[in-house]
Amino acid sequence: MQSIIAVSELSKVYASGFQALKSIDLDIRPGEIFALLGPNGAGKTTLISIICGIVNASTGGVTVAGHDIRRDYRVTRAMIGLVPQELTTDAFESVWNTVSFSRGLFGKPANPRYIEKVLKTLSLWDKKDDRIMTLSGGMKRRVLIAKALSHEPRILFLDEPTAGVDVELRQAMWEVVRSLRDSGVTIILTTHYIEEAEDMADRIGVINNGELILVEDKNELMRKLGRKQLTLQLHDPLDTIPDKLSAYGLELAAGGVELIYTYDTQGEPTGITALLGELQQAGIRFKDLNTTQRSLQEIFVSLVKKPA
Amino acid sequence: MNFYAIRAIYLFEMARTGRTLLQSVVSPVISTCLYFVVFGGAIGSRITAIDGVTYGAFIVPGLIMLSLLMQSITNASFGIYFPKFTGTIYELLSAPVSYVEIVLGYVGASATKSLILSFIILATAGLFVPLQIAHPLWMLLFLVLTAVTFSLFGFIIGLWADGFEKLQIIPLLIITPLAFLGGTFYSIEMLPPVWQTVTLFNPLVYLISGFRWSFYESSDVGVGVSLAMATLFLATCLVVVWWIFRTGYRLKT
Ligand SMILES: Nc1ncnc2c1ncn2[C@@H]1O[C@H](COP(=O)(O)OP(=O)(O)OP(=O)(O)O)[C@@H](O)[C@H]1O
Ligand SMILES: [Mg+2]
Repeated sequence: MQSIIAVSELSKVYASGFQALKSIDLDIRPGEIFALLGPNGAGKTTLISIICGIVNASTGGVTVAGHDIRRDYRVTRAMIGLVPQELTTDAFESVWNTVSFSRGLFGKPANPRYIEKVLKTLSLWDKKDDRIMTLSGGMKRRVLIAKALSHEPRILFLDEPTAGVDVELRQAMWEVVRSLRDSGVTIILTTHYIEEAEDMADRIGVINNGELILVEDKNELMRKLGRKQLTLQLHDPLDTIPDKLSAYGLELAAGGVELIYTYDTQGEPTGITALLGELQQAGIRFKDLNTTQRSLQEIFVSLVKKPA
Repeated sequence: MNFYAIRAIYLFEMARTGRTLLQSVVSPVISTCLYFVVFGGAIGSRITAIDGVTYGAFIVPGLIMLSLLMQSITNASFGIYFPKFTGTIYELLSAPVSYVEIVLGYVGASATKSLILSFIILATAGLFVPLQIAHPLWMLLFLVLTAVTFSLFGFIIGLWADGFEKLQIIPLLIITPLAFLGGTFYSIEMLPPVWQTVTLFNPLVYLISGFRWSFYESSDVGVGVSLAMATLFLATCLVVVWWIFRTGYRLKT
C-alpha cells in the first residue's frame, strides 16, 4: 500500500542548537488513525509542524501523496487540516467568519452548506454568530477543529485535541474522528491519554527525545509487548507463598486472598496448566480467577523510561 | 494564484478596520481638524502665502501625507504582527498560499484603508480651505505609491517586531520627525542653506514635495525626482520583503 505521508531521515535542529528530531522515518497509511505518543518535549509537535509547513526541516524530507512538501507545497498543504495544540484563535471574529476565512485561505470557494454541516457536527451551530472570545476553552477547541475541516482535507492532524475537553465532549469528538476516518480521511493524532490511543488508533508510534522508538500496529503491539496477569481468588488466605511454587514468581495481594501470576502471552507454554496443577497438589483452593492484559499505559511507560 | 486566499486575507483585514472604525477613521480626522484650526486658522492667518498659496492650503498635502504614512505603517504592521502575537499565524503558514499572496492580501488591505482615509481627510480639509488640485492623476499616483510603499514598510516592521514597543517605536522615532522635518509645514526654501542640503537626505521630502506639486504646481524638488525617489523606496521595500520571505526571517524556525 502506498503511504499517504512519507517522512524520511527527517531531522530538526532549532536555532538554539537543540536537536528536536533525530532522523525520523515514518510512513502513514491512507485512511488510518495513527497515534503519536511521547512525553512532553519529545518532538511530536515539531514533527507535525514540519509536515504542515510551519517549521522548516533541517535535513531530510517529507512527501504527502507523493508530492514534496516544499516543492509542491500548494498541493500538499491543501490536502492537510491542522488542529494545533495551543488554543490559538482570533478573539473578535465570529465563529462563522473564522471558519469561512480558513476555507478561503486554503483556496476553496465559499460553501455555506458545508460550513453549516461542519458546525452542526461539532455542536457549534448555535454559536455561529458569537465572537470567539466569548466561548469556553472546549468550544474554542472545536472551533479549531471546524477551521481545520473547513477545506475538506484528506489528512487531519490533531495535536492533543482532547486536552482540556470534558469527558462527554471527548466522546463526541472521537465520534467525529471515527466518522471522518470512515469517510476516508487519514488522521494523525497526539495525546497524553493513552487509553484514547488504545481506543482509537490503528497504529501507534512512540517518540522520545526526538527519536521514533517504535511504530506498531496497535493490536500487534499490545500482543507483543502485552503481558497478562492471572489473578486467583483464594478460598482461604495464605500467609506466605509455599516454597514449591517459588519458580512462578507469584505475588500475594488483598491480604493474602489473591494470588497473582504474571505471564507472557508469547511464552510457550504459558505455564498456567502447570501452575494450576501444582496448586491443586499443594491443596490451595480457589473460588474464582480472571486474567487482565497489561495496558498500553504500562507498555508506554516502560518504553520511555528505558535509559537512552 | 490562490485568489480565494488573497480575498480571504483582504476581507479579514478590512473587517478588522470595520470593528475599530473609531480609531481607524475618527481619530485621524479629528487630529487633522485640530491642525487646521491651529496652523491653518490661528497661526496660518499671520503667515504670508508661500508661492502664492495660502498657508492653510499649503499644509493640506503635507497633512494628508502624514496621515497616509502613519496609517499605512500602523495598519500593515499590526495586521501581520497580531497573528504572530496571538499565534494564529500557524494557519497562514500551513495554508497553500505563496508569499506574494500573503503580501497582496495584507498590504493591499492596508493600502486600501489608508487611501480611503486620505480621501476622507482631503474632504475634511475642503471644509476649511478652498482646494485646488492641478494634476489629479499625479495626485492619485503619489497617493497610491506612498500607500503601497509604506504599507510594505509597515509589513516589514510587523515581521521584525517581537513586541508592541518595537511596533510603535519606528513610526514614533523615525517617521514622525522625518515627516515634520520633511516640509509638511514649510517650504524647505525657508530653511538656512545648510539645512536645505541636510533635508535632501530625508526621503519624505520627495514624497511630500511631489504630492504638493500635484496640488499647486509648486515644489521643493522636481516632480520627476520625486517620482523617481518614490519608485526607489517602493523597490527597496519589495526587495526587503522578498528577502524576508526567502529566508523565512522571523516567521519560520
Ligand atoms: N522554537 C523552538 N526553539 C527551540 N526549541 C524548541 C522550539 N520549539 C520546540 N523546541 C524544543 O523542541 C523539543 C520538542 O518540542 P515539541 O513541542 O515538538 O514537543 P512535544 O512532543 O510536542 O511536547 P508536548 O507533549 O509537551 O506538546 C522540546 O524540547 C522543545 O523545548
Ligand atoms: Mg506538542
